[in-house]
Amino acid sequence: MQSFTYERAQTPAEAAKAAAERENAKFIAGGTNLLDLMKLEIERPTHLIDVGRLGLKEIEDTSDGGLRIGTLVSNTALSAHPRVRRDYAVLTRAIQAGASGQLRNKATTGGNLLQRTRCPYFYDTNMPCNKRQPGAGCAAQGGYSRQLGVVGVSDSCIATYPGDMAVAMRVLDAVVETIAPDGTERRIPIADFHRLWGDTPHIENALQPGELITHVTLPRPIGGRHVYRKVRDRASYAFALVSVAAVLQPDGRGRVAFGGVAPKPWRMPEADAELPRGAKAVVGRAFADARPTEHNRFKIALAQRALAGILSDAPAQQEG
Amino acid sequence: MSEARRFPVSRRGVIAGGTASVAAANLPWSDVKAQQVERSVEPPSVSVSLNINGEERDLELDTRVTLLDALREHVGLTGTKKGCDHGQCGACTVMVNGERVNSCLSLAVMHEGDEITTIEGLGTPDALHPMQAAFVKHDGYQCGYCTPGQICSAVAVLQEIERGIPSHVTDDLLADMQPTNMEMRERMSGNICRCGAYSNIAEAMADVAEG
Repeated sequence: MQSFTYERAQTPAEAAKAAAERENAKFIAGGTNLLDLMKLEIERPTHLIDVGRLGLKEIEDTSDGGLRIGTLVSNTALSAHPRVRRDYAVLTRAIQAGASGQLRNKATTGGNLLQRTRCPYFYDTNMPCNKRQPGAGCAAQGGYSRQLGVVGVSDSCIATYPGDMAVAMRVLDAVVETIAPDGTERRIPIADFHRLWGDTPHIENALQPGELITHVTLPRPIGGRHVYRKVRDRASYAFALVSVAAVLQPDGRGRVAFGGVAPKPWRMPEADAELPRGAKAVVGRAFADARPTEHNRFKIALAQRALAGILSDAPAQQEG
Repeated sequence: MSEARRFPVSRRGVIAGGTASVAAANLPWSDVKAQQVERSVEPPSVSVSLNINGEERDLELDTRVTLLDALREHVGLTGTKKGCDHGQCGACTVMVNGERVNSCLSLAVMHEGDEITTIEGLGTPDALHPMQAAFVKHDGYQCGYCTPGQICSAVAVLQEIERGIPSHVTDDLLADMQPTNMEMRERMSGNICRCGAYSNIAEAMADVAEG
């Protein structure tokens, strides 16, 4: 690990300001992803700003019936919150489908949104990777790409966003709140938070340098049946090959987002609209522009079957 | 073709060759490393106070020292084990302020004032924690390397179930959590045992859960 200086921030505004003032600085909260990458020298910050003591661990009701989640709320605490379990069960299900108990105790809400891809070529520093080193090339294309992206990918990068929590937040239309180094606050809809790779796969989200996530807000509950189905190589503690987050209403309408297939939680309003016509119609629309490799073509069929399984479950068998 | 003919290089030869190739590979790097060292001759260090198993410990540490290395190398508590050092195996599991975490994926400096409980703090050879006694009774280990992490995790899992934290296999999110075999297996998935003592670990946990 490269050596670094360390400071403990006292307020969100101070943290954001400090990040802008120091070259090559990074925030650290749970650290479960950042320290892993620092040990491999994929991440090499020379200054760490510990935001772990900023408070921001509260989950509060909003005036319109929604929920405002402090960025430092752990994955465990968020998934176990009584209102999340009752009104946003797809979020509890998604969080509990990811990582291990030890990691969920440490991982934070904001940090989880920022976790980086698990593409094996990103992790292998002997391989060219446009995300690690812009312009170096992409070893994944033509390489072993079974786990990698099928839709929204580019010639520069076919990595996926690996998380589960954000896929559920995408169907719930969450909003990410931030503070910038100059003290400006803004609200970013989760649909716009993660970027498609395009030809700059090293830029993964909408945050500007030094901008710090402070909260994630969930709009008023929308009812319905909440389901998160994750297909992976092990029954527990593995990243998704494909995951499906869905909120389904009794009249057949609903919302659906896919994980493990794209640079971001993959949801299209046009695909949501196909839900009453079944899984084939939804997946046909959501993956119309897919460009899979020979190794990961199976993910499209898998997504359709996972969704079909969810839709065929009788509403009486509440999974949410 | 015999094994010897297919692999004519002896193990000793491979090790020697491996060392040589590492040395050669290091050549271009040595300059880079020298420059990095010059840039920062003295790696930044910080003071941190930890409460470890009820004892206050004041440490002066390189910022890079993980909680795991602080425990093992600086405090001398070697019960907590280093397996993968990347949060995948769970051998380094300890409790911080009552919650289990991977001590390898946390910097010591981030734990100023925190209460750390390691396997040494759970029980002693003369006064075993009930979970330690249950692991002995049910043969919940073979080589024992993952065991301190398994036991810390197991103790925390039963507390998490009691606190009503749901899991991936919980059917009803609104009902009380039960310490079923399925629940314990799912919740222990962050602790790997290469000897495969899993079923006995689950039995030890069930024994403790039943009181």
